[in-house]
Amino acid sequence: MDAFKQFVNNISSPQVLVTLAIIFFFVYLKFVRFFTRTPVFLAMLGLFLAFCGVSLTDEHFRSVVTMPDNVPIVGMIFLIIFFTWLSLRKAVDNDIRMERGEPTFEASESKDKLYTWPHLVYIELLCMIIATIVLVVWAIYLKAPLEAPANPTVSPNPSKAPWYFLGLQEMLVYFDPWIAGVLLPSMIIIGLMAIPYIDRNPKGSGYFSFKERKWIITGFLFGFLILWIFLIILGTFLRGPNWNFFGPYEFWDVHKVVPLVNVNLSELIWVKWLGAGLPKFFLQREIFGLVMLALYFGVMPLVLAKTVFRKLYMEMGMIRYSLFIIFLLVLIALPVKMYLRWMFNLKYIVAVPEYFFNI
Amino acid sequence: MAYQVDKKSWWEEFKQSQFWKSIFRHGAPTDKRNQSLVILSNVFLHLHPVTARKSGIRISYTWCMGGLAFFIFLVEVITGVLLMFYYRPTAEYAFNDIMALRDHVPLGIMREIHRWGAHAMVITVWIHMFRVFMTGSYKPPREFNWNVGVVLLVLTLLLSFTGYLLPWDQLAMWAITVGSNMARATPFLGHEGPGASLLKVGEVSLVHSGDDVRFALLGGRFVGAPALLRFYVLHCVFIPLAAAVLMAIHFWRIRKDGGISSPV
Repeated sequence: MDAFKQFVNNISSPQVLVTLAIIFFFVYLKFVRFFTRTPVFLAMLGLFLAFCGVSLTDEHFRSVVTMPDNVPIVGMIFLIIFFTWLSLRKAVDNDIRMERGEPTFEASESKDKLYTWPHLVYIELLCMIIATIVLVVWAIYLKAPLEAPANPTVSPNPSKAPWYFLGLQEMLVYFDPWIAGVLLPSMIIIGLMAIPYIDRNPKGSGYFSFKERKWIITGFLFGFLILWIFLIILGTFLRGPNWNFFGPYEFWDVHKVVPLVNVNLSELIWVKWLGAGLPKFFLQREIFGLVMLALYFGVMPLVLAKTVFRKLYMEMGMIRYSLFIIFLLVLIALPVKMYLRWMFNLKYIVAVPEYFFNI
Repeated sequence: MAYQVDKKSWWEEFKQSQFWKSIFRHGAPTDKRNQSLVILSNVFLHLHPVTARKSGIRISYTWCMGGLAFFIFLVEVITGVLLMFYYRPTAEYAFNDIMALRDHVPLGIMREIHRWGAHAMVITVWIHMFRVFMTGSYKPPREFNWNVGVVLLVLTLLLSFTGYLLPWDQLAMWAITVGSNMARATPFLGHEGPGASLLKVGEVSLVHSGDDVRFALLGGRFVGAPALLRFYVLHCVFIPLAAAVLMAIHFWRIRKDGGISSPV
């Protein structure tokens, strides 16, 4: 048992867990028809529950998971697992029906009209009653926490944002606040709003489906499940004092020493590779990073429009394509920057602290 | 003496009274006519259409998540109003009022319901959005309603965020400190944001810690009494009102855009 815990703690790091999550995500979607089969789902859920059950015997794990404000997040994990499975399962079922030339499950029922009283009102009433019972029971058994009175001179360690922003706080490890705290949230909001105008695929409206909307669903689920939900889970359960990373069974030691060895791209190139000093003028100093960004956000969209996305570009037109490609490139840039940090200890691609402009 | 007793119960009698009929203008909803009338003549129920497609009514299709998010919003309104009776949003009283609420109100679970409800509302709104995405329900003609929904998602998070500060304990103050620190990095508008140092007249900076966007949010340079009052007013008045207006639009547009989505 201790060997198992030791092993899990040792392999637990953001790079390993995020990599495993990404691999699992794509394998799952690749073999979605296998993974959404009910016995497979139940078996995997059982494994996960067994892991949680065994872990609960660990004192530290228990103390983190049962913190009153963390309980809803535990609940959320199971809800997200269930609903992800449910939606993909229904999507796969419909895909199979359509392959056979049959109408989707929804289409087979959409001609029937039911009176909303009682059919819909009754469902709503039942849901309200269940929600009320859940809330009341939850409120009776779990007291709302109250810590020491607010004191501006004593900061708790770790200081965490509200749980639903912990994905963004996790991004603060890899990006400066103006990106993780301002740019990304704005882009998430605008990007979500842009979805109906970018996704012009007329299929898959009003029923669950996967095959007809493979790419947009993959992209959305990657953002939602990996970059949002999974990072919240990391931030909630595995980030301890000083926002250091701890294994699930690892004591949150305030004095854990983590070496800060991150270097900027400019230092890497000018000092380490060219053996010269850093130029004084920031444009000259950061020229390599700026060129990289220009290539990534400026040239890459053009190249893609001429090659891989040629057809897409024709269909979308310039404005739609520009919006689409920027959101896509930013979505990809997030894990890319994370991997650059993990592999090369890269801190900033462009570092202009003079103007708080670090990327 | 043969006296014919009226077989009608008092309840049947009551339902024939002027009083009852002044409230309910139709019979029990057991036939099609009355099933329609009950929806049409009730201000709350008439959010619904009289009939709907079977595919859209199924709980396995809607998961009832939008409805639940709205219901939890109502729960939050009711418990929130009750909490306002006990709570004063000042640095002197706020924490003590919460303590008193815990210690002096017998069997009180209003703060618990309000807090867990807030978590539940965030989660239900996310899952609702997830469902709407997975069924492609943002596609024409529902693009605009998806946008309204995104704004409602943001308002939900802001409601929860502003409420986070109100207990005025360490968790509250420092979570809001961490969160609002982001605002100082806003490009051009925050004093540590990119470009802010370019905005100056001679040697005088136009954007500094005493006038940037974070200062506007907190009413000060740090999370203190003015921030508490601001968050209280935003939490109890402004954001709920804004959310209510947008919810009205959201629900109205569901009807106008053809009801719960279904295959064309």
